[in-house]
Formats: sequence, structure tokens, C-alpha cells
Amino acid sequence: MSNWIDIAALNDIPLRGARVVKSRVGCVAVFRTAEDKVFAIDDKCPHEKGPLSEGIVHGTAVTCPLHNWVIDLETGMARGADEGRVNTYEIKVEDGRILLDGARLLARSAA
Amino acid sequence: MASGRMLEELFELAPDTYDVTLFGAEPRGNYNRIMLSPVLAGDKTYEEIVTHDADWYRDNGVDCRFGEAIVKIDRKKKQVISTSGATDYDKLVIATGSASFFIPVAGNDLPGVIGFRDLDDVEAMLAAAKKPNGRAVIIGGGLLGLEAAAALNEQGMSVTVLHLMGHLMERQLDPAAGYLLQKELERRGIRVICNAHTNAIVGTDRVEAVLLEDQSTHPADIVVMAAGIRPETRLGIDAGLHTERGIVVSDGMQTSDPDILALGECVEHDGVVYGLVAPLYDMAKVLARTLTDEVAAFKAPEVSTKLKVTGVDLFSVGDFGEEYEEIVFRDPAQGVYKRITLHEDRIVGLVMYGDTRDSSWFFDKLKTHEDISEIRGTLIFGSAGQGIDPLAAVAAMSDNSEICGCNGVCKGTIVTAINGGATDLGAIRAVTKASASCGSCTGLVEQVLSSTLGDDFILPAASGICACTDLSHADIRRVIKSRSLKTIPALMQEAGWKTSCGCHVCRPALNYYMIAEWPLEYADDLQSRFVNERNHANIQKDGTYSVVPRMWGGMTTPTELRAIADAAEKYKVPTIHVTGGQRIDLLGVQRQDLPEMWADLNAAGMVSGHAYSKGLRTVKTCVGTDHCRFGTQDSTGLGIQLEKMLWGSWTPHKVKLAVSGCPRNCAEATCKDLGVICVDSGYEVSVAGAAGMELKQTEALAKVETEAEVLDLAAAFIQLYREHAAYLDRPYKWVAKVGLDWVIERVVDDLENRAALCERFEISQSVYRADPWAKQATPEFQANKWAALADLTLEAAE
Repeated sequence: MSNWIDIAALNDIPLRGARVVKSRVGCVAVFRTAEDKVFAIDDKCPHEKGPLSEGIVHGTAVTCPLHNWVIDLETGMARGADEGRVNTYEIKVEDGRILLDGARLLARSAA
Repeated sequence: MASGRMLEELFELAPDTYDVTLFGAEPRGNYNRIMLSPVLAGDKTYEEIVTHDADWYRDNGVDCRFGEAIVKIDRKKKQVISTSGATDYDKLVIATGSASFFIPVAGNDLPGVIGFRDLDDVEAMLAAAKKPNGRAVIIGGGLLGLEAAAALNEQGMSVTVLHLMGHLMERQLDPAAGYLLQKELERRGIRVICNAHTNAIVGTDRVEAVLLEDQSTHPADIVVMAAGIRPETRLGIDAGLHTERGIVVSDGMQTSDPDILALGECVEHDGVVYGLVAPLYDMAKVLARTLTDEVAAFKAPEVSTKLKVTGVDLFSVGDFGEEYEEIVFRDPAQGVYKRITLHEDRIVGLVMYGDTRDSSWFFDKLKTHEDISEIRGTLIFGSAGQGIDPLAAVAAMSDNSEICGCNGVCKGTIVTAINGGATDLGAIRAVTKASASCGSCTGLVEQVLSSTLGDDFILPAASGICACTDLSHADIRRVIKSRSLKTIPALMQEAGWKTSCGCHVCRPALNYYMIAEWPLEYADDLQSRFVNERNHANIQKDGTYSVVPRMWGGMTTPTELRAIADAAEKYKVPTIHVTGGQRIDLLGVQRQDLPEMWADLNAAGMVSGHAYSKGLRTVKTCVGTDHCRFGTQDSTGLGIQLEKMLWGSWTPHKVKLAVSGCPRNCAEATCKDLGVICVDSGYEVSVAGAAGMELKQTEALAKVETEAEVLDLAAAFIQLYREHAAYLDRPYKWVAKVGLDWVIERVVDDLENRAALCERFEISQSVYRADPWAKQATPEFQANKWAALADLTLEAAE
């Protein structure tokens, strides 16, 4: 079951940028693309744990700032020849507010 | 408008079921509100946009009370109260529409500030337009605002559009299409200002000007509010109906009171308020059926947008977000941009600008969810393009088709040149000048060569800087300059980018080129910068950062050292390292500590050392004549002067300097990007050294007698490098490409050119010679950038 948590206004994240949400299972990077789509994935590159929230956002991908791995924001999969995957979380925008599904974030920590 | 359509539907379904009384606050009947723009532009008259006139109402037995506003709904008695008394109802339909949203700033109630919703607004605007030299400011660059702008411009007013967002019509268009639209409106003489935050509307008796946050003022005789609509829900709220942004309705258009129905712009269905006409007509159909006890349900439709401005072809529909695959087509010469978004081989969105001929062909495929995998390769060419390959399309172009827009060269001229013996790109450029200016038509010229020569010409492999473009760094710099392109979306359109917003390779390069070319106009795009330049610190392998305060010429003081020591202890810096650039590196700083640490260092008089930037890093010195028994000049003082002149500047790659006080060269100046060796008779300036992956000694640039000349040579050399080098080429790589003689000619020999380079460098430095730490250490930045967006560690689990 979803547990939508209002985390911030859409405008709190710069276009083609990201901010971080702290959770008990680690930091989640929340991205806003050029066209106001939002995505939430673990803020940890599958390669060397680089902070993806600091990468350059292009299309629906982010390039890790440490070694330029390109991570697909929709699937969490590394693109190109690289192999790896990060967790993705359900997220949506309603009336300019960003809602993050806390079901997994909170449930996992409680378990 | 919605009520008229609903009554039409109702009378058709069940002509005599209801006795209808129609109240309206406006003193006139139903007219087509979306046609107000053509009325404003003078293309249509009010009579032409009336949908239901007095005769129609009379023929259908409707009791019309135009000009009589409803003040209250009494749900218990099932009565509505108007200015002339109470009227009973069995069923009540609310279609109060919406009002212009007046942005909440001082002066928004001054006479002359008008909305754009009804005929009275249009008449007020037309009255203002009749006065000579009238000035209009439109607040809002969406559909309605731009239609008003274009119409008032047609009426002879001087028009300025102020738009809050980064590009026009951002809800319907992506940045590329927004750019083309802005260009067209500006060509017509309309001023467009994006990212415009309105501070106040000023005037004594009536509006006189609009004041923006950046303190610029825009004189206005009228201000048109087109920043959005506000559903007119007051009656619903007063009557206690469930109301959110609009009056909430069910699929059958019933409000929370089953005897009260509602439709149009005043309602909210499934969380959405509609402002376009197609969904309103769907609502009318459903509501009429509900009134006659049929079961019908309103479904959120695919809504397409067209701008009603003569001569602007623009179409937008569906979801053009970036999480989908995309196919992009750009024809820079014709100002055409098309973008299709695909999901699982089906079209989910479409943006077209400049050529919308096939919009319905695409829209159809979108609505029917047609599988397009078979025609994917030629899909973007539309219905006519099916079965044609791109090379054949070039072959099919007429001889009069223009290929090179810069030099006005047609295909026929190129073909004649090819037949005359010009069989490669260089020869074509020499003979016809085609693609010799901005170069964006290079691909097209090559296709003409290929289609004319057949197998005798082999299309060269693309040599673009990344997969987004076939253009080289030099091509891109040339396009930016020759076409005066001042934004990244503008460049991407004019140079035919293959993606909608670039990638991590091209965006930082483009951002740099814009900064270098337009220092005073271009706004640095932080999101196109690598993390270190965005955060003004060097990211380390574990995600912590290193902090390096600047030590001018490698000099420091006990106070500075104390402040550095204090900061290191306060922020628990695990590692302190003395760098090769004569300063101190604090490693392992947590991201969230950066702003406060900077503030502490700022307080001790220190600024960023830019140890992370593609810009000036350090100027290393020895102690020169101050202390050294061999010193010949004040190398330390000169180094400090150089550093104070150059710091903060952005360059294609990092730049390091050094000044040695004698040929013993303790500052190791001969492996720097620019090095100075002091001698008894003056200063030997050399450039293009390297001591990294490659090792290379500097080459002599010039020998001069004064410090002032050294400073000028350094500024001119760095500026030439800034203006010409490819992004991420260090100076030694760039000099190897252009030749040292070429550099000496411009920087040393041609004194006029040297002065011009120095002047341009100073202009750029007037913006960038500043400490980025001081700017980012403010509480505002703290909240908006450095803090976590939210903290869920404290949330309770379900």
C-alpha cells in the first residue's frame, strides 16, 4: 500500500537538478528534469557509491559525478556498457507539491 | 459558453423536459470565449463569435436573465437568489467559469490593470490601443498572454511580455520550441522577458509601470494579467458544496449535492481543472445526459494546444516528458522543430513548431495508441515521409531550395560547383561559401555532394563532440558567435541538436562557451556544471569535499593560518595537506559543513582558491628580491598581482601560473600554462607548458621590461585561450593546434589586438572576479541548496 508523504514544493528543486531526502535506509535523491518530471532513487551509484544527486541531469538520466556512469532515472539501471542498478521509489507531483511513497522507506526501516 | 453547449445537447436529447431559466452576470448571451483573441486582433467582430443569440434562446423557450447575477443558492428551499428575487429549481447547473488570476502584488487594483476573460476586457484593451504610442505590459507568457500580446502588437501598441518561467508556454512547449516562439515574437517587435519576477505595479491614479525584482521598470499604459485563471467557485463554497480548486464534480458532472450540477472552468474533475475548450464540450454532453437520467461519464481527454496567432504554427499534445524515448527533428534554416515522445512503440506526446502540417496525422496515432514500430525510422517525416530515405529527400529538393542560410546559397549553385570540379567540402566552401560561415548546414552540403556524386563521395563519419551533435567544438563556437545565440536551447535549435536537452558531455561545454562569448548577458547555468563547480569544492571518492582557501602568490599570515586551524578543528577535518600550488588543502569535509566553513574562512579575509574549477588555480611564486640573495625582481609581488587580476575567471580547462625571481626557477615556472622568469633586464614570459599526464616545457612568448607588460600579456593570452580553445583543452594542447606563431601575432605583435583582448577580459572579469563562497554561504543558499529537502528518519512507520 502506498503511503504518500508530502516532502516539498516542486520549485524547491532546481530544473535539471536534485535534492536529497534523508531516510532511515539512507539518502534518497529526488530529481526534477527539464520538463518537471520527478524521480526518486537511492543517492548511491552502484559503482563506487557516488552521490547521484550531485550529477548532471540530462533527459531522464543522471551522470554520476565520480566516474561518469549514466544511471537511468526511471529504471535505476546503469546505461551503456556498465552494469548495476539502484533502488527506485514511487513519486509524484500534485498541485506543485512533491509526494514520495514512504511505504518502502518507512516499512523497511521498521522491520 | 459551456452552458450554451450544454443546453444544445439537452434540447436535442429531450426538448421539453425542463423549463430553463438562464442567469448571467455579463449583460449579454453566449459567445465563443476562445475567439476573443481574434476579436482583439481585429480579425473578427463580436457578432461573428456569438454562439447563441437572443433568437436562439427565444426559439428554445429559455428565460434569459442576462446582467442579473446570482448572489446565493438556498439548497434547503431549492431556490437561487438573484438581484430581483428568488427563483425555484429542480436541478441547478453552475457554469460560472473562471476569472483572471491577479498576481498578489502592490498596485494590482490600479485602473488600467485588466484581465483577459470577457468582452469588457477586450474593449478596455482596444480603447487603450486607440491612443497613439500606447504601451502594454502582459504578465504571463502562456497561451492567453501571448495571444493578447500578438493582438495588441497588431493593434499598434508597444508590447512587453513578462514571463515568470524560463521559457514561454512552459506547460505546453519544451525549451527548444519555446525559444523559436520567442524569436518569432521578438521579430515582430514584441519584447519578451523570461524569469521575470514582478515586484509591484506602480502608478498614482492609474497604472504607469511594472517593477521587476531586478529593479528594472517597464512603462505601461495598460497591464494585462494573463498569469492564469482562478475558477469562479464562490457560489459553490457559500452553498457548502465540496470545493477544492474548483467545485468538485463526479463523472456524471454532479456536485456533492446531486441536484446541483456543474461544468466548465469552475469545476474540478479527478483533481484537474480544465481551461481549454474541448473538455468543456465533453462535459456539456455528459451533463445533458445526466439531466435526462442517462448514465454518462466524463473522461479526461487528450488535450491538444494550438496558439491562435496568425503566422505562428505551433502544436502540442500529450506527454512530452523526458522519461520516454524521443525522436527529434530540427531544420534550423526553416525554424522548424518537431519532437515525438514514444513509450513502448506508441506515440505519447508531440511538440511541433514551424511546421504543423502533419499534426493531425500524429495526433491520430497518439489517440488510437497505434503501434509505430514498423515506420519508426521515417515517422518524424510525417505522412508524406513514409517510404522515403533522407538522402533521397535531399535529391528531391529543387535547385532553388536554400541550403546555406548565412550566405544564401541554393542547392543549384552547389550542384553547379560540384559539376565544375568542386568535389569535397573544402572546395565547395571555397567556390560557393556554402557552410563556410556558421557551419550548421555542413551535413546538408555533404548530402548534396553525396547525392550528386554517388559512390565517388563518401559521407564522413560524424566528428561531433558527443552523440547529441555532429558539430565540433570549433563549429559550435562559430555558430554561437555568427548567429548571436545567447542561450543553450537557442544553440541546440539553431545547430540541430539531436537530443532535447543535451548530455553531461556537451552541456558543460556549451555553458562555458556562452559564458565566454556573452559575459554580461548569459546567466550561468549551474545545472550544466560538473559537481565541483556547482558546489565550489572538490568532491572526493567518499563523497566528502576538499576545501582550499586562496593564498595569493603562495603568501599567508599567522591570522590566516590560525583561521584555517580553527576551521579544521571545528569541522573535524581529518586530513590537512600542503599542495603543490603553495596552499593548504583541507580534506574530508562533509557537504553540509561547507557553507559554514566558508563563512568562517571569509570572516578571516580568505576567499575560494578555485582548486576545483576550469579556471585560474594558483600563481606560484618564490620570495624574489624581498629575501633571496639571487632574486632579480619582485616575483612575489608580481605573482600576487597576476593572481588578483586573473582569479575567478572561467577558462576551457584549469590554468596554472608561476613567477620565478631568477633563472634558478624555484617556482617551477617553465612547466606552467603561463610562466614568468625574472631576469636583471626584465621578464621572460613563456606559455604552453605541462606537468601532468604529459610533460612539456613552456615556449617563449615574449620578453618585456615592465610588470605592466607582463600583466597585459597574461590577460591577453588567457583571453585568447578563452575565446578560441575547445572545452577541456589545456593551453598547451590548444597552442599545439593553432601554432605558437598565431598566438604571438595576436598577443605580442599586434598591440591593438592585445589591448582589445585585455579589454574583453576585463569586461568578463567585471562579472566573475568575485568570491563564490561568500555568495553561497548565505542563509538563503543554505536553505535552498545545501539542506536536505526533507528528513524522513523521524517519520513513524505505518
